[in-house]
Amino acid sequence: MNALRTLVSPRGAVFLLLVLLLVAVAVLNPNFAEPGQLMRYIQRVAPIAIVALGQFFVIIAGEFDLSQGSLITAQVIIAGNLVGTDDTRTLPVLALMVVFGLVVGLINGLVTTLLKVPSFIVTLGMMLALLGAVMWWTGGAATGNPADSFRQIGRGGVQGVPLVGTIPWSVLILAALLAAAIWLTRRPYGKTLVALGDNSRAARYAGAREWWIITRAFIISALSATVSAVLLVGYAGVHPSVGRGYEFVAITAVVLGGVVLGGGRGWIVAAVAGAFVLEALFMLLNIAGVPSTLRDAVQGVIIIAAVAYSGVVFRARRTRAPAAPPPPEPVPAHSQGTIHTRGDQQ
Amino acid sequence: MKRMRIGAGLIVLAILVLTIVVGAILVATVGRSFFSAGNIRDILTGMSVLGLVAIGQTLVILGASLDLSVVYVMSLASLIAATTMAGSPGNIVWAVVLTLLVCGAIGLANGLIVTLLKVNGFIATLGVGLILQGVLNTSFRGSAGQVPSEFQLFGATGLGPVPISTIGMLALAVLVWLLLARTRTGAHLFAVGGDPAVSRLSGLSTAPPLIVAHVVCSLCAGLAGLLLASRLGVGSPTVGQQGGYALLSIAAVVLGGTLLLGGRGSIWGTIGGVAIFAVVDNVMSVMQVNPFLKDVVRGLVIVAAVAVYSRRAVVRRRARFGPGGTRTGGDAAARAAAPEMAAATASLADRSEVGGGAVR
Repeated sequence: MNALRTLVSPRGAVFLLLVLLLVAVAVLNPNFAEPGQLMRYIQRVAPIAIVALGQFFVIIAGEFDLSQGSLITAQVIIAGNLVGTDDTRTLPVLALMVVFGLVVGLINGLVTTLLKVPSFIVTLGMMLALLGAVMWWTGGAATGNPADSFRQIGRGGVQGVPLVGTIPWSVLILAALLAAAIWLTRRPYGKTLVALGDNSRAARYAGAREWWIITRAFIISALSATVSAVLLVGYAGVHPSVGRGYEFVAITAVVLGGVVLGGGRGWIVAAVAGAFVLEALFMLLNIAGVPSTLRDAVQGVIIIAAVAYSGVVFRARRTRAPAAPPPPEPVPAHSQGTIHTRGDQQ
Repeated sequence: MKRMRIGAGLIVLAILVLTIVVGAILVATVGRSFFSAGNIRDILTGMSVLGLVAIGQTLVILGASLDLSVVYVMSLASLIAATTMAGSPGNIVWAVVLTLLVCGAIGLANGLIVTLLKVNGFIATLGVGLILQGVLNTSFRGSAGQVPSEFQLFGATGLGPVPISTIGMLALAVLVWLLLARTRTGAHLFAVGGDPAVSRLSGLSTAPPLIVAHVVCSLCAGLAGLLLASRLGVGSPTVGQQGGYALLSIAAVVLGGTLLLGGRGSIWGTIGGVAIFAVVDNVMSVMQVNPFLKDVVRGLVIVAAVAVYSRRAVVRRRARFGPGGTRTGGDAAARAAAPEMAAATASLADRSEVGGGAVR
């Protein structure tokens, strides 16, 4: 019963939606239920899910990162042009990409916190600047073809696993990053980030070093985009259009996962589930034979409906809550633990 | 309050003047004149489309929402206008009315989703934008329709160096300024954008001002689409998206000193922000900067200009406590009273020790 209530609650709605979508896909295409197909599905989601992971940390702190898509494009182009056909360059270029991601995140964060420019504007500027620079460098055409060892990160996997056949590296990377991210949200850092997103003034008075905490969130976001770019190089190849629009997809995924734009409320697992929902939605539209021209429209309707649903349910719960006798079991019991709401700050 | 608003406008003006001076010098170095009639007409023409979109965007941002669907509204407007006119001057009035009706309906949908369904403006308009994109993809393949030459004059003629489209844009700005400064809806929009909870507790219905803002924003985007149709001569399903007007208009609004969180800002600041963009773009075109490099410069200009501005904006927001705050002098009074309080506590403690519980 409690589980049922959790599923229709905003926190669980995204999982309910995911199950419904996956069941629908499996009904239309029975092959999908095979473990190998599921793995391929997770592999496809991985780049989006990883970007959503990074975006989560920024959004939970009440900020935006619009530069993720352009950063992915820039990193993909860097990889394509600098690795070349030389296998020995793979590691140095990987290191360079990480440093580049760090620098971009650091700039985003420092300009947001120290110069007090709204992050929407900072990352919008970064998005324009990075994309412009990449296009200027490449002239807008696909260039470079990185060595196979580099592409294996996004393409290859652990062979010969029983039941599923191959576990792609990207799935393992996603799992590792998700575990790390969950750990991080339970650390004091994660709690402080939520506190800053909920009420930055109160968090500052409580002694949070706002500039450094927010800046680290931007660095996490930029690094997630970097990892996603590494996967996309292997998966999608090198082209200046790779990564376009990822920032909006990531924000949409995070919001579908019930994370509140403006910060202070959300659960990272649900945010990643949001990414899975989006990909499942694309897949369903594909399999169901919805004309490709109409897919955008269906996607728009579902996004609005999902967010409206969780908003309406959340409001209903909030208005119902005070009527219940003072701290009764049911309401706190299932807002405890995984989700970090206003209540469990202490 | 009034003094502060002038201060905000002054900064935008100062940045604009600085941009013009630097631009004029740069243009002079390649042997061209920045202040020639032709160049000024180019700048003013460049202002008109972004200006129309940004005027609407200002209203929405003042209400603490966003509108990312404007680009799709623009494309749709250009297509509806061009296909309805179908090259015949007799259809112009009907086409314009129909276009604005459709755009108003889209704005109404945006506003209702944001206010009644409580979907964040970012997501609501992103979703509506996707829906419109689907409609555009399904109904149109490439450019369509034909705009009669009479309608093309709207985008092409001018009074001296000032294009009619820019005059229209400025007239619209005056109208919106009147809406904000002189009407109840305008005042309520500021209140709702500043703090919806407080406005609701003060007895405002919070939905109508925001719905009006969204409707006007979509109408402005529709006008921008009409202007683009008149310039292109046809309707195009991608004309809005290609211009990147959604994010640029938001940037122009913020550049003009409007808080992204809503509740504070002015329409003239937005026009200033649009003018800054137009000047920067013009200088880069005259100097034949690589088109891709233009985006880099644009990005840097946005961040740098807002950085100059926002240091001020933070100060502009009144502190709730401390000097100049709503509780003026509260902290000082507390500090001044501290010794007395300590003394009183001490004497109480003394008395309780001496009198053995005589304290009531």
